[in-house]
Amino acid sequence: MAGLTPSQTVGPFFHYALTDDHTVSELASPQTRGQRITLRGRVLDGEGRAVPDAMIEIWQADAEGRYDHPDDHQDRPRDPTFHGFGRCASDERGCYTFRTIKPGPVAGPGNTLQAPHILVNLFARGLLKQLVTRVYFAHEPLNDSDPVLGLVEDDGRRATLIANAEGDGSYVFDIHLGGASETVFFET
Amino acid sequence: MAKPHELWSAMSDVPGYRPIPEGAMPTHPFPDYRSNPVRVPRRPLVPIPHTLSEVTGPVYGHEAVRTAEADLTTQHAGAPLGERIIVWGRVIDEDERAVPNTLLEIWQANAAGRYIHQLDQHPAPLDPNFTGAGRAVSDSQGNYRFVTIRPGAYPWKNHDNAWRPAHIHISLFGPSFVTRLVTQMYFPGDPLLPLDPIYNSVPDPRARERLVASFDLEATVPEWALGYRFDIVLRGRRATPMEA
Ligand SMILES: [Fe+3]
Repeated sequence: MAGLTPSQTVGPFFHYALTDDHTVSELASPQTRGQRITLRGRVLDGEGRAVPDAMIEIWQADAEGRYDHPDDHQDRPRDPTFHGFGRCASDERGCYTFRTIKPGPVAGPGNTLQAPHILVNLFARGLLKQLVTRVYFAHEPLNDSDPVLGLVEDDGRRATLIANAEGDGSYVFDIHLGGASETVFFET
Repeated sequence: MAKPHELWSAMSDVPGYRPIPEGAMPTHPFPDYRSNPVRVPRRPLVPIPHTLSEVTGPVYGHEAVRTAEADLTTQHAGAPLGERIIVWGRVIDEDERAVPNTLLEIWQANAAGRYIHQLDQHPAPLDPNFTGAGRAVSDSQGNYRFVTIRPGAYPWKNHDNAWRPAHIHISLFGPSFVTRLVTQMYFPGDPLLPLDPIYNSVPDPRARERLVASFDLEATVPEWALGYRFDIVLRGRRATPMEA
């Protein structure tokens, strides 16, 4: 068996290689099916300061809950106009923005169904390995039975995984790397 | 039309990935790296099963990568200053299976140790013939190859008289969300390695050494460029679907 290659920090100088020319902050095309949303928020450090040099990547299913991936064998049609990957850098105020669609529910382990959610990989100077979290959406009935949300026992902590709707079609999801409202991060 | 949700769910039991072996990845907090402690969570990470969401990931779009993007020495009118090198290797998983058709993105300082990034304040010269960013896609055997120049060491303000060993940043995706890896490749025999907190953040010394490329005489092209080999190992799959 071969030993894993360890992770190392993305450092402060990734922009010109990873995000300037290869930003994917608009995930949906005009033909894409589903409810248009803006997913936005701030990345904040353990002392509440903006993290101006983070790279946020998202991965999500289409409006039917299908992933653009050969291992998704779910028996439902895939939207060929939607690929589900987004990447952008935070700005000097720690803000990030994606324009996408709300994903559909995705099959979970056993006979469960996962509530609509978006996966997040967060990279930054100071982080030696990316942090992983998930964005869920407020007022989704499936949240109560979601097999991953259910692993977070504390209600207050679970709330850090829920994006709240703003009037303009935005969902706001702030990522707190530490402090009193520290976001739940997952070990995968 | 889509079927009711209840009928969809049974299709999700695809094999997940094996857990990360003890010591193979940096753990936090790691105070020797000064900007680390305020940027890492204090509460334990919550372990989750690998659902369909984790075992899938972005595997499209690499068609747009041009072969020329793997040569960082021909992006400008003239040749960059410095020692021309070839960096190549295989992308494999823990079971030594090739990881084909995966995107690799690299970025690095120039031969003087300076990044073209606007925030790099190191008073070393920029090179008008060197940007320091490249992309490549692994072939059907998992092989990749870049032509670049050997980056210089550069100072950073982590601690008194702190210098980063020469390194190339490498980002790659692999077949799923959980195989995503951002790492750095170092050069053999670099005297700065034992002093570097980022390199030494990997607890297992054998794992750490996997971040160091090896000099490769066979890949060296006579009269033209030294070769370095850097194999990259991504997480491997479990044999059977993970229990819920
Ligand atoms: Fe660097």
